[in-house]
Parts: sequence; C-alpha cells; structure tokens
Amino acid sequence: MKARVTVTLKPGILDPQGKAIEGALRSLGVGGVTSVRQGKVFDIEIEGGDRAGAESALKSAAEKLLANTVIENYRIEVGGK
Amino acid sequence: MKSAVVVFPGINRERDMARALRLISGRDPAMVWHADSALPAGTDLVVIPGGFSYGDYLRCGAIAARAPIMDAVRAFAAKGGLVLAVCNGFQIACEAGLLPGVLMRNAQLRFICRDIFLRVERSDTPFTRGYNAGQVIRIPVAHGEGNYIADGETIARLEGEGRVLFRYSSPDGIIDPNWNHNGAMNGIAGIISERGNVLGMMPHPENHVEASMGRTDGRGLFAGLLDHFKAAA
Repeated sequence: MKARVTVTLKPGILDPQGKAIEGALRSLGVGGVTSVRQGKVFDIEIEGGDRAGAESALKSAAEKLLANTVIENYRIEVGGK
Repeated sequence: MKSAVVVFPGINRERDMARALRLISGRDPAMVWHADSALPAGTDLVVIPGGFSYGDYLRCGAIAARAPIMDAVRAFAAKGGLVLAVCNGFQIACEAGLLPGVLMRNAQLRFICRDIFLRVERSDTPFTRGYNAGQVIRIPVAHGEGNYIADGETIARLEGEGRVLFRYSSPDGIIDPNWNHNGAMNGIAGIISERGNVLGMMPHPENHVEASMGRTDGRGLFAGLLDHFKAAA
C-alpha cells in the first residue's frame, strides 16, 4: 500500500529557505507569488492492506522521527493500491 | 573526571573534544560508539561533540538522537549526570528531548565559520564556574543551523529560570542584533536543562584551549568542570 506523509512548518515559524525561494521566484519574473513555505514529502510503502493499521504506524513514524512537532505539522495520506 | 565522548557516523569534532578533555583533565576520555547501549561504568561527564551526524539527513541531529546509545545518555541525564553537547551535539540534545527548542537554519542562510563573542550569563553552574558572570569570551563557531528557537512560553521559562548560560554579544558584552550572527532568539548560544545538568551550546570551546590555537578562552569551561568534580569528590 502506498502512503504519503507531508511535513510542513507550523504557521509563524520563520522559514528562511522558503523566503529565499520566494525571492528567487520573484527575480525569475514568476507573477503573483506572495509566499513560499518549504516542506518535506515522504512516500512510504506499507505491507498488507490494513488501512487503519497503516495509519497508526505512520502516525507513530511521524511523531517519533519524520516531524519535529515543536516546529512542524504533518499530514498522513494512505493511498490506493 | 571520567568523561565519555559519544561518536556518531558523520561526527568530526570528537578528536578535538578528546584532545581538550585530555589536556585539561589529564585523562583520556572513553570514545563510545553510537550503536553501544551503555556508557562506561563510573562516567562523570558525557560529551556529544560536533560534526554532521548522518549527514544532517532529515533534520540536524534527528537520526543521531534516536541511536541506541542515546537511551543510555537520557538515563544518565535523568540521574543528574552532566552532559555537554556542542554544536551538532546541541542539535542532537534538542532532538533527543534533553533540551527544549530547535536549532533552525541560520537567519541569513549562510554557514558561519569564525570566532564570535559570547557573554557568560552565570558563573554558578558546573559548566561556567571557570568564568565570571558577565565575562565576554571569544570562541569559534562553525554551523549552518544554529538559529535557536522555541515557543514563547519556553523562552520565558528559560529566561525566568536563568537557563541561558551563553549569549552572542559584542566584544564589550552588549547584546545586539548586529552581533547575533545566526538570528537566535534573545541571542541564545547555550542553555541548560531544567535540572541544570545538560548544557547545549553552538560555539566550540574545545577549539580555544591551547596557545597554538590562538586563544584559550574555552579552557574555563573544561577547567570549571574539573573543579566541579574535584570539589564533589
């Protein structure tokens, strides 16, 4: 089963990398960009077809390692096949 | 003073640290591998040195903080054992929950490798008894992620409980954004845990301990620790 964990900075946490990317987009002439926040995406394969079990395993993965919950939020999506 | 230096893959300051400990305490530290599950019996001081553990993958210090030896380090700290965590060590200590907060990318996005000035805020801790409160010391830094942040409540507690031991300052001890080279909140360069037995700091005191290094401002930290253990013995 495919799954995805997306980790993003909490609102209000300064993101200097996002700011630099935002500036670069502006200098490339990409119009209309008002803000960029950089995050991380983890594509994870889980064995078996137990959705609830997968969600609980991924929650534990996110809490224990993938996200630092002092500064980051995470979102779990357990996909199709 | 029996010290143990924890070694993770990708760490590169462990030998500098071992040299400083040997020079000042007259005793070789034990080098403890990350996959070990115990510290040597009778360890007085655990040091988590600087470097780039696991290539800074995921987040600085995140993988090292979950290594087997860290359970032993947490247990040692929980019993009141002294832990010195420098640079990547500070990042590891935060990720391991030994200290609050996070070290974020430097505000100006550049890796900084030079001497900076630190104001020592207190002299009544085992880590700073070799200095005077208010004293300014010159110590090298080498980091890309040293920008200390924590939520408002945590910062208020750190300040209220006097847990900030070192702050980036001018050569005269003035705390000013111009001398805060990485954007850390309140110019925080080093903090101690609630019990006062874990110190995390970004600058490298081990790199200013002998005349050939240009300066010896870092000696006070190690000499103070040695005095602490002598006084306790």
